[in-house]
Amino acid sequence: MRAPEGEKLLWVALDNGIYIPHLCGLREAERPAASCRLCFVEVEGLPNPVTACTLPVSEGMLVHTRTPRVDRLVRTGFELLLSNHRLRCGKCEKNKNCELQKIARERGLKLRLSRLRPLISEVPVDESPKTFKYDPGRCVLCGRCVWVDHHQAKVGAIGFIRRGISRKIAAFGDVPLAESRCTECGECVKVCPVGALAFKEK
Amino acid sequence: MSATGTIIQAYESLKKAAVIKVEALKQKPLVLVGTATCGRAAGALNVLQTFRDEISCRNLDVEVKEVGCIGHCYAEPVVIIAKPGFPALCYGSVDEGMAGRLVTDFLINDDPCYEFAMAALEPNDQFPTFADFPRGVYEKKIILADCGLIDPEDIDHYIAHDGYAALAKALSMGPAEVLEEIKNSKLRGRGGAGFPTGLKWEACRNASGDQKYVICNADEGDPGAFMDRAILESNPHQVLEGLIIAAYTVGAEQGYIYVRAEYPLAVTRIRTALEQARERHLLGESILGSNFNFDIKIFQGSGAFVCGEETALIASIEGFAGVPNHRPPYPAHAGLHSKPTVINNVKTLSYVPHIIRNGSDWFKSIGTPDSPGTAVFALAGKVVSTGLAEVLMGTTLRTLVYDVGNGIKEDKPFKAVQIGGPSGGCLPESALDLPIDFDSLQQAGAMMGSGGLVVLDEDDCMVEIARFFLDFTQKESCGKCTFCRLGTKQMLDILTEITEGRGKPEDIDLLWELAEDIKAGSLCGLGKTAPNPVLTTIRYFRHEYEAHIQEGRCPALMCKELISYAIIPEKCSKLCNVCIGSCPVEAIYTRDDMLKAIYLDKCVKCNSCMVACPPQYKAVVKVSPPIVERGGSQDEQLSNHNN
Repeated sequence: MRAPEGEKLLWVALDNGIYIPHLCGLREAERPAASCRLCFVEVEGLPNPVTACTLPVSEGMLVHTRTPRVDRLVRTGFELLLSNHRLRCGKCEKNKNCELQKIARERGLKLRLSRLRPLISEVPVDESPKTFKYDPGRCVLCGRCVWVDHHQAKVGAIGFIRRGISRKIAAFGDVPLAESRCTECGECVKVCPVGALAFKEK
Repeated sequence: MSATGTIIQAYESLKKAAVIKVEALKQKPLVLVGTATCGRAAGALNVLQTFRDEISCRNLDVEVKEVGCIGHCYAEPVVIIAKPGFPALCYGSVDEGMAGRLVTDFLINDDPCYEFAMAALEPNDQFPTFADFPRGVYEKKIILADCGLIDPEDIDHYIAHDGYAALAKALSMGPAEVLEEIKNSKLRGRGGAGFPTGLKWEACRNASGDQKYVICNADEGDPGAFMDRAILESNPHQVLEGLIIAAYTVGAEQGYIYVRAEYPLAVTRIRTALEQARERHLLGESILGSNFNFDIKIFQGSGAFVCGEETALIASIEGFAGVPNHRPPYPAHAGLHSKPTVINNVKTLSYVPHIIRNGSDWFKSIGTPDSPGTAVFALAGKVVSTGLAEVLMGTTLRTLVYDVGNGIKEDKPFKAVQIGGPSGGCLPESALDLPIDFDSLQQAGAMMGSGGLVVLDEDDCMVEIARFFLDFTQKESCGKCTFCRLGTKQMLDILTEITEGRGKPEDIDLLWELAEDIKAGSLCGLGKTAPNPVLTTIRYFRHEYEAHIQEGRCPALMCKELISYAIIPEKCSKLCNVCIGSCPVEAIYTRDDMLKAIYLDKCVKCNSCMVACPPQYKAVVKVSPPIVERGGSQDEQLSNHNN
């Protein structure tokens, strides 16, 4: 397999038709967030699984995308995200076009909780923008929307607030998006891998 | 004259002035009051004021100085009196009354009040020294040696104790040679992970770029750990000297001390130290007349535990939220403002002047071959002599707990030590003879952490201890990565259910699996180590988890949901009524036969009656599993329970 020097393994694999689960990765971002912790692979010569989004490829590198350790980490990471994600796929705008569904399909994982406790807090959906809505209960905190808002749209309407389990994406002061500096350019909605940011049906 | 000669000469003139100043102090009686945070909490400021008032109203020619912490925190406020003609004596648990006595009896009348004294500081014919007690035998003080004995707000005290001699020596040696010395010393980072300091410095020194930074990490946040605070409050110049040498070695011109805003006294004392160092050309342009320029800024952190993680610390200084980033790149290659940066813990930097002054071979001769030097522990919990102890690496836990710490309070049986704070683990009795160093602790599933050591006895429930630390890490998780944000919360919820008696048999294995995955999957050190308390308690105390889940019983009688209070009729005096008065919810009543008993449905398990019941009766007991409530009173139920 050929790849440009220093390119991150995740993008090389995807370009060559090898699927590695991922949510937070953005090819254009200068520094990977490495926060979703789903793109684990094992590389021969490295003792532990590593995230593909942070690993520059090198000559002769031997990578396993499916090993028992990788599968176990991906399964746990995926289940943890599901424990904090309001499921009800049938009612979701992103149904059949959702990255979580894709990961479940590719890796044979179930879209329901078995081992873990549900950790979903019932937070209201922000319906204030005219063209889209934001449902924090579906957000997986991948941060793609924040990155495009800051670096591509250059609006700066949203960011991460709070910490730990309370961490969420919000406008400054946690006001509804319509009261923020959001211009409703829609760039953030386009990159959301799940149904947290979704265009309203016309 | 050569550049080296200028540096040495500049230092010698500083030292000469400092020695004259400090020697002058020794000509008259000197009172040193430990006013570090631990002393202040115990009332040292009132003691200080008493000494000042008494001495001034009696017109005595006595010098009173504030010093830092001598390490014997259990005996605070600690006062040292050095009067010519007497050995310097250390007094513990001094209050205003005792301070008055010391002034009239000792300072005026030459009676040293031996009945109040803890120990003498140097060998003499009249009174034992610290070295005559087990703690003094096993302690080997390097970085704590001057703490509590020198005035942290007067640079001359530090200089008179050979302070900044290492800096002068380093400036004469040249950076390459200093680096070799540190590498050869095998000094390992005292922040927790034990990474070789020399390698870190070398990576930064060799990294390309003209601008580099050094940072002192004083963001000490572990519950129960206070080593860095004590060092900064007691001997800030030692840290500054280490940081200046680090900067000189890697080629940095700007340094930072990242200290928590919750340590206001440490911040004040560092600020004073910086000003005094600048006045004496130990900081700023052309240090000691050399061509090396360097200055230090204080950055006050806002109390997020995760900011002790180096990438989060950097983000915080840069003005972003204190959230970690993926490593590599390591800060030594791309750190603050993407420039090569060395980040060292307070204690690591404190060793540097000693290594430069005494040579790396001296340092390697101390401790164990792979972890040379000493370890500083903050002894806390159920140990008699709490406080700061500096012991050789390789000292066993038994020595630390029983000799240095003087054993367990009330002579109760030892159960475990929690070592390394929320990133560390609980080690059982079988680990008591484990020689403590970075590697042995790692193998046992704990880690050195920053050095917190909490001693636990039979009254401490290991599931509850794990839950306590998970509660801490879960609240302190920044929330960036999946495993830490959601994984710690899942583990906390499971542990809470177990301590509340709602645990399920499969929970132990689930906890273990989750803990392993969170350790492997998390982004930064916080998440990677957060499962350690869970893993070690399951590994060494699985039977306690099983007792909670299978029998609804808390063996340590600690988990409130799993205990009941009861009054044993045979022990109750019938006549004293103290328990009734102590109960805030009127749950205790007098039976027809005058014995006391508890309404279980009213009892809020506040423990007041157990504390109140006079020791000659000890009639109040905790039982687990709890007595099943069938309404009514405890007495008939207790008999059912026992059957």
